[in-house]
Amino acid sequence: MSAQPARPAPSGAFEFLTTKKDEFVGWARKFSLFPYPFVTACCAMEFMSVSSTLYDTDRFGAALPRFTPRQSDLLMVVGTVTHKQAPILRKVYEQMCEPKWVIAFGVCATSGGFYQNYAALPGIDKIIPVDLYIPGCPPRPEMVIDGIMKLQDRIARDRHPIVNERF
Amino acid sequence: MDQAAFERVRERLAGITGEAAVSHGVLVLEIDSGRLLEVVHALKGEFGFDLFLDVTAVDWPQREPRFDVVWHFYSTRDFVRVRVKTRVPLADPVVDTLITLYGSARYMERECHDMYGIVFRGNDDLRPILLYEGFEGHPLRKDYPKHREQPLVPYRDAGP
Repeated sequence: MSAQPARPAPSGAFEFLTTKKDEFVGWARKFSLFPYPFVTACCAMEFMSVSSTLYDTDRFGAALPRFTPRQSDLLMVVGTVTHKQAPILRKVYEQMCEPKWVIAFGVCATSGGFYQNYAALPGIDKIIPVDLYIPGCPPRPEMVIDGIMKLQDRIARDRHPIVNERF
Repeated sequence: MDQAAFERVRERLAGITGEAAVSHGVLVLEIDSGRLLEVVHALKGEFGFDLFLDVTAVDWPQREPRFDVVWHFYSTRDFVRVRVKTRVPLADPVVDTLITLYGSARYMERECHDMYGIVFRGNDDLRPILLYEGFEGHPLRKDYPKHREQPLVPYRDAGP
């Protein structure tokens, strides 16, 4: 009895837009980083500073830490990793789902820093692949934010394997 | 520090261990390793050294006997510290355990065993505490190569 619903009047705003699939997925992913803080040492203080209100990594969509590797895609290794700890780091990395990225936060995670002895792992890239190194002892919050933005640029420019011939 | 208590302990210990030296406000007793239990028993029972602070060792690679084993005790009654030192050779780096007198010695002796390879006779649990199972050698000995690492995870191939 009732008439067909009327077509909404054209609003004049964009009703669709076009983009490349890789760019679209990259844009969505780069603002949706879920860090897993693998925090072992004094760099933790700087990590707290950069992730809380004053510097606020939430502005970059990289604030909510997940304390299980299965729910996170950004492994932030913050501090010295010892040989005794290395198997744990390796296991955490392997538990994370693809896609995943790794940041070596601070000089100890990058290269072992001033520890060159029986106890310390000379850089986490000896056991897991690293996407981004942030040097410094500890790094300034600005350096960390710069690093996160560089990583976001890279994610935005990456090929994303979910974008294939069926999508 | 209570100076009177310090002097009292110093005088009475002189009868047990020979002259006690003073170094930076700490009484230093150098004893034979065989008299360790006797001396520490007296320190705890008669002089009130009720707090066991630490046990560690010193490696003198050119000296024989090579190691000093060093204990520190503190009296919470008199506020006096005492250091007990004894020497042990590389071939037989054995001293008695103190776990019957101080329970906390159990962990500290494990650490000392980790780092220097000192064996504490009577401590039946000298598993690694800071190091890991399978670690060879004792890293704080002077002859441990300073760059020697014993990784638990095989290293990745370093790509270009």
